[in-house]
Amino acid sequence: MDLYLPIANLSVNAVVIVLLGLGVGLLSGMFGVGGGFLTTPLLIFYGIPPTVAAASAASQVTGASVSGVFAHFRRGGVDVRMGMVLVVGGILGSLAGAGLFALLQASGQIDTVIGIVYVLMLGSIGGLMLTESIQALRAEKGYRPKPRRRRHHPLVAALPLRWRFYRSGLYISPLAPLLLGFATGILTVLLGVGGGFVLVPAMLYLLGMSVQVVVGTSLFQILFVTAAATLVHATTTKAVDIVLAALLLLGSVMGAQIGARLASKTKPEHLRLALALIVLAVAARMLLGLAWRPDEIYSVELQ
Amino acid sequence: MLAMPLLLGAEKPVLVPDVSQREVEIVYSFTGAELLLFGAILYPEGRVPGRGEKPAEIAVVVEGPLQLVLVREKAKVAGIWVNADRMRYRSVPSFYAIASSKPIRSLVDDRTRAIYEFGTDSLQLSPASGATPDEQVRFDRGLVDLRRRAGLYYEAPGAVEISQGVLYRARVRIPARVPVGRYTAETFLIRDGRVLAAAIRPIEIRKSGFERFVASAAQHHALLYGLVAVALSIGFGWAAGAWWGRR
Repeated sequence: MDLYLPIANLSVNAVVIVLLGLGVGLLSGMFGVGGGFLTTPLLIFYGIPPTVAAASAASQVTGASVSGVFAHFRRGGVDVRMGMVLVVGGILGSLAGAGLFALLQASGQIDTVIGIVYVLMLGSIGGLMLTESIQALRAEKGYRPKPRRRRHHPLVAALPLRWRFYRSGLYISPLAPLLLGFATGILTVLLGVGGGFVLVPAMLYLLGMSVQVVVGTSLFQILFVTAAATLVHATTTKAVDIVLAALLLLGSVMGAQIGARLASKTKPEHLRLALALIVLAVAARMLLGLAWRPDEIYSVELQ
Repeated sequence: MLAMPLLLGAEKPVLVPDVSQREVEIVYSFTGAELLLFGAILYPEGRVPGRGEKPAEIAVVVEGPLQLVLVREKAKVAGIWVNADRMRYRSVPSFYAIASSKPIRSLVDDRTRAIYEFGTDSLQLSPASGATPDEQVRFDRGLVDLRRRAGLYYEAPGAVEISQGVLYRARVRIPARVPVGRYTAETFLIRDGRVLAAAIRPIEIRKSGFERFVASAAQHHALLYGLVAVALSIGFGWAAGAWWGRR
């Protein structure tokens, strides 16, 4: 079924886009990642202009997060206080990211920078998660009780001013999540992603948050930051394709619900192992894209 | 008016072209359009070249609105591919198709092709930056090749049919991913390697209905449009959550 996209200026197969949304939504509900790191490259691969892809994927991530947040709220899996601190940091970060984006775009190196940041970020995070989840699974097989020592990073402990985050089981400085939110805000605008794949591991390994609230809280932050990013795109690049977004949403909101249910039935160690593998696969694909001779040596930019 | 062709010179034939659609409307199901370009060749005193004489041939060029573009070229720097070089062009057609009754290279010489922009390798792209001829050729080729593979530039030799030497018709396909704007369909009568007559018809491609409404809202009411997009995403997500939650 072909449908014309009024902003992207081309026609697409509606079913393919809905299925793409469904797949990404499934991951989003399961792992608490926004899924933008998959949607944007897949849309570009399908032939949608990169700016339109990034701008519309942001609104799709918003929709997927809403249903995810609802699902996690019911299970008591959202630390609202922690979430709010992250959101404030995220919005400040996305404003800073917008400036950086314009600067890189003018120099023509935005694609390369995106590629390198993706590879470094996803590669290191994926590797960290992979080793951790394999260790956890091994410990389980040997019938040894896994040493459950959640501790936040010493740097986090060194920050002044401490707040209690009851749901997360933490007594730490709000500056730590604020900075984390700021960093993901920059990534949201720069990479056109929600930043969940950075946020989730950082919450686990840097802040030491309890596993039960990590996914819900990261979705909460992603919800607000991607909504802000959609508004920024709508007013600056004017590249949000509402028809494309609606198609993606249709699939992804359903996928997110299914994903959230699957997540509550799966062991967290298995979830983390699966997410680590996906993240590493995307990093490897990005690395190939940088090192291999690209299909297109030339690219055209309308002025 | 009927005497016009006669007054203009008894030697030269005249073209009377038309096009199936003066306006192409883009709606939700738009997957491209096929234009039928047809017309008649009026020979002086109605004398159609007979046997033994070289018949006249027809070429039809359909061109989209001109664009200002920046072309970037990737090169391998320190092991990774980055945009290294660039070239600015001032008049790049967003769409270009040439249909002819015989391959255009067998009808006219390269000089004529360059003058009339016959063929995807003869486009006058007006590069803006002062580059060496080598560089310019390289970038021209890259740009044209990119657009050709996207289906935006093409040559269709043999796509023009001429019946009984006086009536001609050609089908030109316009793909879905073309910009809106004013297109032109130009018809040329060619004989003995010379262009004898030319006639031009405009074609307007525009969005209509919902597609037009969305495009204009995104442009003129950006903040409201963005808010609607956010509301839509939250609505979708909320509806799905509420619906699944009840089950």
